[in-house]
Amino acid sequence: MCPPARTPTEQEVHGRRGRPITDQDAHEINRVEELSYDLKIREVMVAGLKTASPEMPLSEVLEILRINRISGVPVVKDERLMGVLSLEDIVRALQKNDLAATAGQYMTRDVVTVASYDSIVKAIRTFTEKKLGRLPVIDEEQKLVGIITKGDITRGILVALQKDYKAEEVRRYRASHLFEDIISERTTLVLRYTIKAGDFTHGGKASSDVKRALIRLGADPQITRRCCIAIYEAEMNLIIHTTDGGILKLEVEPHRITMSATDEGPGIADIEKVFQPGYSTATEHVREMGFGAGMGLVNMKRCVDEIKMESTVGEGTKLVMRIYVPDQTVGVSRDG
Amino acid sequence: MNLKDIIELVEGTPLNPEVDLTVKIRGGIGADLMSDVLAASQPKAVLLTGLTNPQVVRTAQIAEFRAIIFVRGKQPQAETLAIATQENMPLISSPYGMFELCGRLRQAGLPSFEANVPSR
Repeated sequence: MCPPARTPTEQEVHGRRGRPITDQDAHEINRVEELSYDLKIREVMVAGLKTASPEMPLSEVLEILRINRISGVPVVKDERLMGVLSLEDIVRALQKNDLAATAGQYMTRDVVTVASYDSIVKAIRTFTEKKLGRLPVIDEEQKLVGIITKGDITRGILVALQKDYKAEEVRRYRASHLFEDIISERTTLVLRYTIKAGDFTHGGKASSDVKRALIRLGADPQITRRCCIAIYEAEMNLIIHTTDGGILKLEVEPHRITMSATDEGPGIADIEKVFQPGYSTATEHVREMGFGAGMGLVNMKRCVDEIKMESTVGEGTKLVMRIYVPDQTVGVSRDG
Repeated sequence: MNLKDIIELVEGTPLNPEVDLTVKIRGGIGADLMSDVLAASQPKAVLLTGLTNPQVVRTAQIAEFRAIIFVRGKQPQAETLAIATQENMPLISSPYGMFELCGRLRQAGLPSFEANVPSR
């Protein structure tokens, strides 16, 4: 049931050239487009139609159109769509003074339809290709189940966006909930993970858990992403470089997130060097896994607002990173 | 473009027991260096890579990829597939090499989601 592959337009192929796509773009611009694939025609169509039967005299059909103030009706027999009778068809009959004829005689038989299980993007394409204003909707058994107009699609998308918005509000509420209900001078949620040295199989598990936790807490997607990339690099460093592993700690506060990675050895002799892009002491084994290119700390620095590293050879290393969470209200007014 | 279109373009084989083929793919990235993936990627893309260890799935998950394509017909380690299935990350194996696959996807209109290195 997949629509046939379409040749991309000039704009789709070249429109993005030279312009870096931000997280924001990827998230927002495409939401309506995404919805046009997600929403099914049956979710937005209008059901419970006025219909006519093929045997119905045109004068009777005309009454249905007049009373309901509509310009056409589907002609249906045993729930199956036989055709559509519009005012234009009735005018044709009037010209021949043939109003006693039946709907079946004057209806348009080759009706373009859409399927109730298709995405609304299919209906949008059909509207454009066939230059039609409304389309009868049929189900898997070819039975007529409703009708769809461009207005129904617009309304369907707006309703879905409203649902999105409400879900977002609930999500944000859940975040503030924890920190607003508990009164203290300074409320901090601490997440703690023990990381084993050399445990590549579980490498990244803690970071995955952090990600889930931050999403649960309703953190902004951009902040979550920055935080997770930084903590993932730190987690891999504990696995790759320490003698006995270490502790990964995340302290979440309403206005900032503090991440730390602490180990007890071997320690780093020259801290300046580890912040240089490309500097690495990783083994061949680690490099084969796609790490150890000397980009870890550079990446972390890029993701966080503050980064500090203290190390003593023979004692261990402590890495502290901090991301400040912008005030929600400030963010909203800036966007608006 | 959805995952089904991508699989057809790369003539790939899905490796997870169940994959949602309707998931939308917004762009693509090709890399064998996980730090590059973390440094340069935008969310909702497909990752083309020659690496098959579990860290590839973790990296893809952290960087919010929607699917991973293994180039040159590579098959993942058992742990990789287990984590991918658990974390709902589709894995696809394609017989073609990195250059060919990037070319195919780009030509079909899939944008590059690799952030450029800022010019100095």
